[in-house]
Amino acid sequence: MKAKHQRLLLVGLALVALLAAVLLAMSALKDQAAYFYAPGDIARNGVPEGRAVRIGGMVQQGSIVRETDGVTIRFVVTDETQATVPVRFKGIVPDLFKEDSGVVAEGRFGPDGMFVADEILAKHDENYRPPELAGNRHKAESLE
Amino acid sequence: MIAEFGLAALWVAAALSLLQLVAAAAGLRSDSEALLGSVRPLAVVQAAAVALAFAVLILLFLRTDLSVLLVAANSHSAKPWIYKFAGTWGNHEGSMLLWVAVLSVAGGAVALFERKLQQRTLIATLAAQAAIGLGFYAFLLFASNPFARLDPAPAEGQGLNPLLQDPGLAFHPPTLYFGYVGISIAFSFAVGALITRDVGPAFARAMRPWVLAAWIMLTLGITAGSYWAYYELGWGGWWFWDPVENASLMPWLAATALLHSVSVLATRDGLRAWTIMLAVVAFSMSMIGTFLVRSGILTSVHAFAVDPERGTFILALLGIYIGSALALYAVRIATVRQGATFNLLSREGSLVANNLLLTALLGIVLVGTLYPLALEAATGEKLSVGPPYFNSTTGPLALILVAIMAAGPLIRWRHDQLRMVVRRLAIPLAIAATALVGLLVFQPGLHILPLLGLVFAAGAGAASIAPLVKRNLRRTPLFTWGMVVAHLGVAVSLAGMASESAFTRERLVAARPGETVIVGPYTIRFDSVDPVAGPNWSAIEATLTARRGQGTPFTLHPQARTFSAPPMETSEAAIATRLDGQLYTVLGKSDGQGRWQLRLWWKPLVTLIWLGGGMIAFGGLLSLVGHLRRDRRSARREAFE
Repeated sequence: MKAKHQRLLLVGLALVALLAAVLLAMSALKDQAAYFYAPGDIARNGVPEGRAVRIGGMVQQGSIVRETDGVTIRFVVTDETQATVPVRFKGIVPDLFKEDSGVVAEGRFGPDGMFVADEILAKHDENYRPPELAGNRHKAESLE
Repeated sequence: MIAEFGLAALWVAAALSLLQLVAAAAGLRSDSEALLGSVRPLAVVQAAAVALAFAVLILLFLRTDLSVLLVAANSHSAKPWIYKFAGTWGNHEGSMLLWVAVLSVAGGAVALFERKLQQRTLIATLAAQAAIGLGFYAFLLFASNPFARLDPAPAEGQGLNPLLQDPGLAFHPPTLYFGYVGISIAFSFAVGALITRDVGPAFARAMRPWVLAAWIMLTLGITAGSYWAYYELGWGGWWFWDPVENASLMPWLAATALLHSVSVLATRDGLRAWTIMLAVVAFSMSMIGTFLVRSGILTSVHAFAVDPERGTFILALLGIYIGSALALYAVRIATVRQGATFNLLSREGSLVANNLLLTALLGIVLVGTLYPLALEAATGEKLSVGPPYFNSTTGPLALILVAIMAAGPLIRWRHDQLRMVVRRLAIPLAIAATALVGLLVFQPGLHILPLLGLVFAAGAGAASIAPLVKRNLRRTPLFTWGMVVAHLGVAVSLAGMASESAFTRERLVAARPGETVIVGPYTIRFDSVDPVAGPNWSAIEATLTARRGQGTPFTLHPQARTFSAPPMETSEAAIATRLDGQLYTVLGKSDGQGRWQLRLWWKPLVTLIWLGGGMIAFGGLLSLVGHLRRDRRSARREAFE
């Protein structure tokens, strides 16, 4: 094989590999990226059933209920539109999870409209706000 | 006074790097021996100056000098000394100073120890290194001064994020930085070689030890970071596909590709243009990582700075360096003479396949990491890309890569016959097939990726030892040993990952003291919950007694800690390590009626993940020493002749 042909072949292979990687990435992104919704978005556009999503807002005052198994909790997420989303979560909640405080939950909506969370995002410290929520709050402030 | 001294040292280092750049550029233009000769000493003195500045900052932290803004904002007099020391780089300014210190010390080391490179290429390399340093000195001095004073000094500091108050902080960031920033050396070598058009085997042999050293550090840093996250965060996972983790994985993927293509260039004089390109890409990934972590664009435990101005500054530096390197590449690469050619079924061919797959993996991780940022910037829409995306895309590619890694060293350079390659692979293939059948029969219902992971690990483990078969082991060169150990490490690590995801047993319960819980082979009695106190925290501590069958019982003490400065709660997992896995226990919340949440995992063979990581790094070290020894021997032989 001539040197020039070999270089062309290698460049071609590299392009094919990269193209395949990008296509693979794009299709996986379409199926598996979790979009972020606030309760207001859900109220406006309906429930994205069956797909992994994130919801974020404030934990409604007085809404945290512990089920009898001791490890499952239910609570309600709300936002400045006063829309609400009921959430169920089985696991150990992060240390700074409390009522009237920000929360981001990742999971899926069940057929009954209950959001079943696989994960409640940990706030690492008092100053930490989930980035999505920080943006929303910012938006809310600029509207006022 | 010492803070001002540190700042002065930093200014001196910045001035020296400017001088180094100018002297090198003028020297290369005029061929003046005096100018060219001044570059090496300048690089060394510059490294000493910035190391001094960093030492001053460490001293300020050790003494908890609260009149320095950075210390007051990130330290506390009641902290154990080790965290005062490590806290030096547990914040934005300090970690950027560490970054630039590592950059300059690496440049100084090249100036002191590099003897193989021809002089003009070396000077051009040091010029490139000085140019990178200059940008980051400007960043520190104008946008992130670590020595800024606070007047009046507060009575007490604000403390360090408790998650960072762990011995891991002393080790993980510096190692990772040595790797991250060490890659800059490869970049500067590439720029230097492009400037002097000196791309060939000699150049590759000179560059290889530096790439290897940075790559070893990266490997260690990532392995240590993974273990740190595993035991400190208490989530039981060892890799979260967090953007910050990806920021360290991407340079590693590029550096791994570079390491292999450099060996083609050094041994067979092939892949010239590609190797240069990879060096540029690898450092670009380090810069993108720095940008992601340091700009505050991501919110995570790693992102200390939330300041858009700093983000813009780093982004501008990134654009300038990568842009000019690519421009130089575009202008010069056509003048780099064509390298040697080879058959596709050859060692070179397998290394090309390795490079393509690593690059594809890099692309996938890069897309997944940047896509949410780009989408939000463009449309305001928010989404997160997490493990489902990364696992389903990188998993299959990584398995193919492991297969190529297993076969590659058994294929000859230049050209080989398929029949012979298959024959050499017969035993590993048989072992993999046995593993497949065994798992299907005895562990039915495994998911496809963990199943294939275990099978490929078995086959690759056997294949990676194969290059030693029928060889005189005492005369086998050290770098061959290095390759064998590193490849075996990949198989070991893969076995750990697959085993963890296939066989982990998890229990989440609410239990009263006195109750017992069964997880995997262990019976665990929940004895009591008691308050305990540490130097700067108080905690609730559970006492668990675990017993495996009729074995000796042992106790575990998971804690829920509350820190006072800054106020924060963390959970400290209690982990028992056994030869065949780890028992991982976390204490959760009380339900107010005497029950406590307990989360218990039995993770078979999980420790292999980090053992494999260590083996990969150790293999790199063997290879580095082996190459250095051989180069020294051949240099002596040349001198003799």
